[in-house]
Amino acid sequence: MAYDKLEKDKKIDIELILQDLDKYAPRRKGWVWRKPVADLEMGPFSYKDATEPLKQSVPLPPAKYFNNIDPQPAPVITTEIASGRFEDDIRRMRMAAWHGADHIMVIRTAGQSHMDGLIEGTPQGIGGVPITRKQVRAQRKALDLIEDEVGRPINYHSYVSGVAGPDVAVMFAEEGINGAHQDPQYNVLYRNINCVRSFVDACESKKVLAWAEIAQIDGAHNANATAREAWKVMPELIVQHAINSLFSEKVGIKPENICLSTVPPTATPAPCVYMDLPYAVALRDFCRRYRMRAQMNTKYIDSSAREATVTHVLNMFISKLTRADIQSTITPDEGRNVPWHIYNIEACDTAKQTLIGLDGLMEMVELKNDGPLIEKSREIRERACLFMEEIVEVGGYFEAVQEGFFVDSAMYPERNGDGIARKIEGGIGYGFVYERDEDYMAPVTAHYGYNNVEQYGGDPKDPSALIDGCTFEDRNKIVYIDELDDDNVNTRMDENAKYRNSNFIKPEMEWLADGTVMLTMCIPANKRTAEVVAVEIGNKLGLEDPEVISREVLQEAEGTRIEMKGKLKFDVDLSTLVIPPEPVYLTDEEIRNDVKEHPLKVVCGTVGEDEHSVGLLEIINIKHGGIERFGIECIYLGTSVPVEKLVDAAVELNAEAILASTIISHDNIHYKNMKRINELAIEKGIRDKVMIVAGGTQVIPEEAMKTGIDAGFGRNSHGIDVASFLVEERIRRRNK
Amino acid sequence: MERKDDFAERRKHIAKLSDEELYDKFWELTAKVVDPLLELGKKNTTPSVERAVLLRMGVSSLQSKPIVEGCMDRGLMGKGAGHVVYKLSKAKNISIPEAAEMLAEGKGWDEAVALFKGGK
Repeated sequence: MAYDKLEKDKKIDIELILQDLDKYAPRRKGWVWRKPVADLEMGPFSYKDATEPLKQSVPLPPAKYFNNIDPQPAPVITTEIASGRFEDDIRRMRMAAWHGADHIMVIRTAGQSHMDGLIEGTPQGIGGVPITRKQVRAQRKALDLIEDEVGRPINYHSYVSGVAGPDVAVMFAEEGINGAHQDPQYNVLYRNINCVRSFVDACESKKVLAWAEIAQIDGAHNANATAREAWKVMPELIVQHAINSLFSEKVGIKPENICLSTVPPTATPAPCVYMDLPYAVALRDFCRRYRMRAQMNTKYIDSSAREATVTHVLNMFISKLTRADIQSTITPDEGRNVPWHIYNIEACDTAKQTLIGLDGLMEMVELKNDGPLIEKSREIRERACLFMEEIVEVGGYFEAVQEGFFVDSAMYPERNGDGIARKIEGGIGYGFVYERDEDYMAPVTAHYGYNNVEQYGGDPKDPSALIDGCTFEDRNKIVYIDELDDDNVNTRMDENAKYRNSNFIKPEMEWLADGTVMLTMCIPANKRTAEVVAVEIGNKLGLEDPEVISREVLQEAEGTRIEMKGKLKFDVDLSTLVIPPEPVYLTDEEIRNDVKEHPLKVVCGTVGEDEHSVGLLEIINIKHGGIERFGIECIYLGTSVPVEKLVDAAVELNAEAILASTIISHDNIHYKNMKRINELAIEKGIRDKVMIVAGGTQVIPEEAMKTGIDAGFGRNSHGIDVASFLVEERIRRRNK
Repeated sequence: MERKDDFAERRKHIAKLSDEELYDKFWELTAKVVDPLLELGKKNTTPSVERAVLLRMGVSSLQSKPIVEGCMDRGLMGKGAGHVVYKLSKAKNISIPEAAEMLAEGKGWDEAVALFKGGK
């Protein structure tokens, strides 16, 4: 059965995705940018920098006040997904796409860059997934369905690096991958792969990427993440970006597909915008021909989601003030190793919220053309230029690497002597570079250097014609390998089959039914004690493997904020639960008609020692869509109203309902006040005649009703909720 | 290498350049750095480049690895692994997948070596 459509209220069927993968062919090749829409009108607003909206999506939480509009900002938004199990990542990809991600980046399993050749099948990964043809095909196929569902093309991305770069590049081109990291400098500096080997491989890889119109992202940001004092590597970052970009362009990648992975180099408590903005301006000036993929600073990220979010927002402020074509969304995972569903989604929302919030900013502000911004930017450019000059002076790139030019923690031309030095004759893959003979031949498309097919009568413009086309012309020639051993997706899916399309549910953070939950708590003790106490709490709650993932001192003696994770040992059987349907409201017309026939008078006020009035006024006031608009007569007694006065007023005015607003909840005073209103109404003999309703942000409806009143309304309640209740309750009472 | 910040001294020859001149100089220098690297790619090949050629010729990843290793063992890398498969298929009048399968199984190598004796 062909799997051609997703239903929004049904889970994606992984078994169907895996079916007939041997016959799957990608629908397109190449990268897709978002489509800008000038002066997009959505709801009551007009947007300056927005792009085509989605067909289906999850808007930001406050969108409910604006007709659920979900405007999409200009940059492509990246999310990095790789839990080790690609089958579960597919479900996360769908959630991310609904929150606005259109660049899904899959991290490779640890050690793949040292694997000499392609991996096949679907083994489980560590810190990422083993990138294989089957895994890529399954995820691309799933993304085809997901992009149809949300109504925007989704770019699928992984890595072309390590000692099998060209093999991987060919497989990516064949399988419809849209974006890839490719930067030989990354291999050399961080994977200790021989530098000559890396660059020869990179020529071939990039030639293949160019053919497949894959957008390339470089690896320069890693210098920032690695150097001891990361903000000092600004000149070097520009040098690394430039080397990979020009090298790629000369191999044949179009400049608009060459993307620089650029990071604002520092973070608060540094005065980071003051430091990072001149760098961003300098880089965008020198590399104006290329695209900017704005990566987030991960060097100085810690384990607090709040802190990581602020860094992310500050980084996007730089993006907005300068330029970003792709906006990344790294989450606090880096700081605490929790690459979880919820954080992918949160970070996508952070990007969307920030970029839409800053929509049109540059129509109102501009960067100054004089002063420290331009002076510092010029200085960084000069330092980068001098860096490049010295590379040439010492004899070229390899010599510069050998002398430890790169990832030195000093601001060039100062040197601390702590750079990463790699020998020209050394590293992984050293000795595996072979000179091509004069009669060397490669009868394939997108091969770097001469194909030399003429010796057999071939056409140099169409070298693969010699073999009647290669896999790039005839995908029937691709050899698809399914599985090679027992560590594969089928085994894993058999193990958790109980939880797939069944009654049984466990919470999850990354894998189906992993049972992982996170608890946040304030422990009134010092940090060390708090950690131990938290683990003990986890044990007593019956969590498996409780572990503290974040700790923040509130005050050294008074308390510590703890976040911990653990696994639930039980599951929930849906067949044992009663799930009440969502409440159904009377229509505006039904309410209005009933009130017209039977006028309805209510007395209302904020009770207790409380001067808040906003919540209650929103419920009653006609301007806010409150209950007055249905013709309900509201007698508002104000704030800090004693409960006795509220009940007395109801008696005096012959009101049919009392509406009490209760904001303060210390010591459960809100429930105590409700209870008192009920008792007073009974004492005064009006309880049968009057409906008692209370609301407030801390009110839980079920708890409110335990005090004896008729209804409670919590956070997010509106006039319609209250009006609908009052009229329905009145009809019930009339019909008794 | 350790070195104090000599930026003030070092920048003297570029201090007077306009922003556009500085831009041009930077990219001229970058070209000097990358051009030799591009040449290296033209003159050389590697096991992964050759595996990537074989993949495009319709040879599986499982077979392309032993074929490239066979080429390395027998001094045939300079000819190109795809070339070896192609030449054997022509000489034996078999398809490319058939030739690849033979070589991957360790068969036909003596013949392949002989085919490349004395030039092409």
